[in-house]
Amino acid sequence: MAALAISDTPDGRRVLSLSGRLDATTIRRVWAEGRQAIAAAPGRRVVVDAANVDYCDGAGIALLVDLIAQRKAGEVQVAHLAPAFETLLEQFDVHELAQDRDPPPPRRSAIEEVGVLAAGIGQDLREQIVFIGEVAAALVYAIRHPMSIRWKDVWRICERVGADALPIVALISFLLGVILAFQSAIPMRRFGAEIFVADLIGLAMLRELGPLMTAILLAGRSGAAFAAEIGTMTVNQEVDALTTMGLDPVRFLVTPRIIAALLMTPLLTLFADLISLVGGAITLQSFSIPYVTFIHEVEGIVDYSDFMAGFVKSFVFAVLIAGIGCLRGLQTSAGASAVGDAATRAVVSGIVLLVAVDGIFAVIYYVLDI
Amino acid sequence: MDEAEPIVRVRDLAVGYGDVALLEHMTFDVRRGEIFVILGGSGSGKSTLLKHMIGLDEPMAGSVVIDGDDIVTATGDARRAILRKIGVMYQSGALFGSMTLAENVRLPLEEYTDLDPGEIELIARMKLSLVGLALFTGHLPAEISGGMQKRAAIARAMALDPMILFLDEPSAGLDPITSAELDALILRLSRNLGVTFVVVTHELPSIFAIADRVIMLDRRVKGIVAQGDPRKLRDESDDRWVRQFFNREPEPAPVPA
Repeated sequence: MAALAISDTPDGRRVLSLSGRLDATTIRRVWAEGRQAIAAAPGRRVVVDAANVDYCDGAGIALLVDLIAQRKAGEVQVAHLAPAFETLLEQFDVHELAQDRDPPPPRRSAIEEVGVLAAGIGQDLREQIVFIGEVAAALVYAIRHPMSIRWKDVWRICERVGADALPIVALISFLLGVILAFQSAIPMRRFGAEIFVADLIGLAMLRELGPLMTAILLAGRSGAAFAAEIGTMTVNQEVDALTTMGLDPVRFLVTPRIIAALLMTPLLTLFADLISLVGGAITLQSFSIPYVTFIHEVEGIVDYSDFMAGFVKSFVFAVLIAGIGCLRGLQTSAGASAVGDAATRAVVSGIVLLVAVDGIFAVIYYVLDI
Repeated sequence: MDEAEPIVRVRDLAVGYGDVALLEHMTFDVRRGEIFVILGGSGSGKSTLLKHMIGLDEPMAGSVVIDGDDIVTATGDARRAILRKIGVMYQSGALFGSMTLAENVRLPLEEYTDLDPGEIELIARMKLSLVGLALFTGHLPAEISGGMQKRAAIARAMALDPMILFLDEPSAGLDPITSAELDALILRLSRNLGVTFVVVTHELPSIFAIADRVIMLDRRVKGIVAQGDPRKLRDESDDRWVRQFFNREPEPAPVPA
């Protein structure tokens, strides 16, 4: 253990005699006592006598440095420190260490924060517009030169975006069909109108909820995966390697993902529509509506334009999900949290865009009377 | 303190991946206070051996006894007690990206000691100043160069003044001046504080400057091909490959038939 004895010499000096082992686990008490002893002797010279110090590691040296730094240069002296430890102490400029030489930047005012935030949003919008242009150019190139597309990558991504997503899409759409049917059938039964629940499910799912829920699921699943994958590649300088090889990262990384999403999202939407109708039909069985009646009712109310209204949206949603996922991946900065941030931003921006674009579709359909 | 007393005893260690052994029958000691260097060609298992010595991976067989306790079998508090005695610098630095350099160094001090925040801050600043990063304490790892990240990682490994410091390729990627300063720092800590160093490195100038003893690994024999004083090995070894390694000579061109 470390110990501290305090004494005063006849010539007015204060002597702090340290003894024992000075390391991170032993010095807490003597550190506080040492500081107090120096503070209690203002204007007097202080000698820290280290003759009885058996061991002094980096933490012990920090204690000595701190005691010396309590006063101006030369007023606190360390004496009789063993040469091995003295060498360690000599490595430091005590008074330079006492101040933080890399202080954190001053905090911005609220107005500055708002300004920085607005500038950030403006910059992000500009990047999104530039990216849309780059993707459009890459897709036009891909259509003109179909052999330039990396089809092996496209099929691999199709499997991950499409086939691997079937269970979760099935689960959510089935649940949606069941809940929608059950919640609406109870009040409608009071009016003997439970048969119209089939109309409700058919229209709501095919026009709106089928495409939107599938897209939101894919934004959380595949959009985040795209952002994380490309983000990791950005952090590992793999994207830089592509660029210096003269290969366009957009053509190489983004195009296959957008094509895969374009192929898979509409198929998953069809699948979600079907499963939600199954969920609704099963639920309505318990309200004494047989399958045949359900199918007949849905056939009667849902026409081709309703189906297409939802189906067309899924193509646009596919481009949005894949595009924003890839963009966030390419925007990834350095650091361990950057990839996580990219994935989060991909999901959040993806869902915001989906909702906004879905609203635009609603207005267009209303105007066109679809 | 007995200089010759082993602080790390590796006995009959076999390491590898799956069923494939990379190194077998590894038996050697690291003596207290020495600078022990692990050498070998690329893929010879140097970093794998280091990972097993610090208990990150479980060996296929054998034991690694650190200051009397086997890190292979230790669990819970016993394992924590062993880990408190060692500091590790990883090849990539492995700094926590969301923390400043000072916060990286402060973390082990905050977790393992009861010192006040101000005292911990001073120790962190001193450690970073030792590796020449006094002006970068508030920077994030992403804001400094790869070489600086390595130095910061060494500062973090030294935070608790461990008995043994394991350094994986400490001077790779550093400029010659910084590399020499790092060598001087290792020597100072070893000679003045008795800190034991286990260093994996390829840098010949660094090996000759600091190493008390080396072991050379070779994947052909799945183990140690030579050990001892690097200067003696360079000049006196019977093994052609060992002499080639120390003298930086390429494999001789095949003789045309």
